[in-house]
Amino acid sequence: MAITAVPQAPRKPGRPMSPYATGPQRTSLGRKVRDNLTGHAFLIGAVLCFVVFSWYPMVRGIVMSFQRTRRGETTWVGWDNYSRLIADPSFWPAWKNTFYFTVLALVLGYAVPFFVAILLNEFRHAKGYLRILVYLPVMLPPASALFLFKFYAYDPSEAGLFNAILKALHLPTSQWMQSPGMTMPAMVIASTWMNMGGAVLIYLASLQNIPGELYEAAELDGAGIWRRIRHVTIPQTRLILALLAMLQIVATMQLFIEPLILANGAGAEDSATSVAYLIYQHGFFQNDLNGAAALGVIMLVVLAGFSAVYVRLTAKQD
Amino acid sequence: MAQDSGTRTLISHSQLNRGRGKVIYWTLLIVVVTGFTLVFLGPLYWMVTGALKSGQEIAQTPPSLFPKDPQPQNYIDAWNNLALAKLLFNTFYYAIGAVLFQLVFDAAAAYSLSKLRPIFGNVILGLMLGTLMIPAMVLIVPQYVTVLDLPILHISLLDSPFAIWLPMVANAFNIFLLKRFFDSIPEELMAAALMDGASSLRTLWSIILPLSRPILGVVSIFAVTAVWKDFLWPKLVMPSPETRTVSVGIYTFAGGTPMNVVIAASVIAAIPTVIIFLIFQRNIMSGLTTGSIKG
Repeated sequence: MAITAVPQAPRKPGRPMSPYATGPQRTSLGRKVRDNLTGHAFLIGAVLCFVVFSWYPMVRGIVMSFQRTRRGETTWVGWDNYSRLIADPSFWPAWKNTFYFTVLALVLGYAVPFFVAILLNEFRHAKGYLRILVYLPVMLPPASALFLFKFYAYDPSEAGLFNAILKALHLPTSQWMQSPGMTMPAMVIASTWMNMGGAVLIYLASLQNIPGELYEAAELDGAGIWRRIRHVTIPQTRLILALLAMLQIVATMQLFIEPLILANGAGAEDSATSVAYLIYQHGFFQNDLNGAAALGVIMLVVLAGFSAVYVRLTAKQD
Repeated sequence: MAQDSGTRTLISHSQLNRGRGKVIYWTLLIVVVTGFTLVFLGPLYWMVTGALKSGQEIAQTPPSLFPKDPQPQNYIDAWNNLALAKLLFNTFYYAIGAVLFQLVFDAAAAYSLSKLRPIFGNVILGLMLGTLMIPAMVLIVPQYVTVLDLPILHISLLDSPFAIWLPMVANAFNIFLLKRFFDSIPEELMAAALMDGASSLRTLWSIILPLSRPILGVVSIFAVTAVWKDFLWPKLVMPSPETRTVSVGIYTFAGGTPMNVVIAASVIAAIPTVIIFLIFQRNIMSGLTTGSIKG
């Protein structure tokens, strides 16, 4: 999933009253009921889709995780699915890999776009061109981009694109996906290349909203470029920075298609197995939908824990 | 979109126009433009030309920059052997349907939440936005089971385009985007229309939607690219070869197909989204960074 933008809400001068509440006349009860019914009629289509495909599956996933279905017989099994999943030899490697990916992707896919955006914001030429370039990979179907990396860039022979470049620079070549140590960095590089455009654009938009006077004042106080970034740019974009950190964590926790295509699933010595891949494995290959649901719930709990810690931390700062 | 040259950024314009600043600025600009072109366009060039090379040429060291004798055969093989025409048609069909379903249901819901404000509207909106915090991977299993056997109706949506269309309506981000846009349309317009005795539907159709063309465009583009980029969900709910999407089709064939043919197919699969992006890039940019309506 690419990171999607969350536009900043405009400041609204007080919440306007509903148009139905205009004028001094009191609305009759019948009119009120009818207006409400009209409102709900417009909502019904979307609400039904949310009920069937979002809210109900959420509850159902939790219920499924405590059940076992065998030959059409569904029984309550308590925590069995959870204990079975945790005993799966791939369980801990999958979490380890997923966290490793999340951390690496945060360093690369979170800090890099911010500085790229700061850089682009300074240019007064070729801005549009650079913006299009950065966002271009975001538009590729992930499968297309990943086959490109798999067959051409990460070709372990010296005919591979990356190895040819490394060789030309007299640097040691790499086995890429064949070597367990390089599996994860290789996946992060591919993933960042595919997804960083969205973050760059959002940062650019928020950078453009910083009043120039602030930089002016900082400069008059003798602040150099780094101090201006630290004391003006970062505080001014803190909300977006915080929001994207959260979105990035949620997105990277779901690492799935990279291992599937680049590493054919588990990779060398389980070096690519991810939690999402394990959900897929259990649910759709081992005929263990209940185990997959349990792993989904574990993922949700871990993320909720993250969010709670995160909200605590960001609330303290303000 | 030209940057408003009136506002200063990190470094003042005067500093960039003076001796040393000017030299550094231009050097950096040339380095960045070259670097970005290599990093973001280079791989795409490599992909398009690589698929034109023969098997021997792709395996030679060092790799050649230009195909020595271009072989469109890989593209022709990809088109024929993978039945790409059918796969592309399927994906287009799902994308168009997704656009229609999202526009109709999400715009109606956003209109209601923004302008009609029925009782419990905020609760419903809150529940919708709450789904943004749930990773897709967590829902994949129970969603799949639900599609296999819809509650109450007890029908399976497997291999039916509705399995792609209906879940896409449940898109909190879209509703949020549309609602915010509708919020910025002056209340007086609504009130005036109601005074004239226009029904809610009429108001939506003749006042709100015409004013909202930009955001409707953005939602449509997002819907098309979402269908084009999605992989796991279509893989699960469209298992038959006849209903596959293009990404899933390429993945399915990748095992037993020559490498260059897979890459050629990947290039063909990427063409529609890239074209959409190049045509609508301004709309996409504004949709991603919409703060409030300008002008």
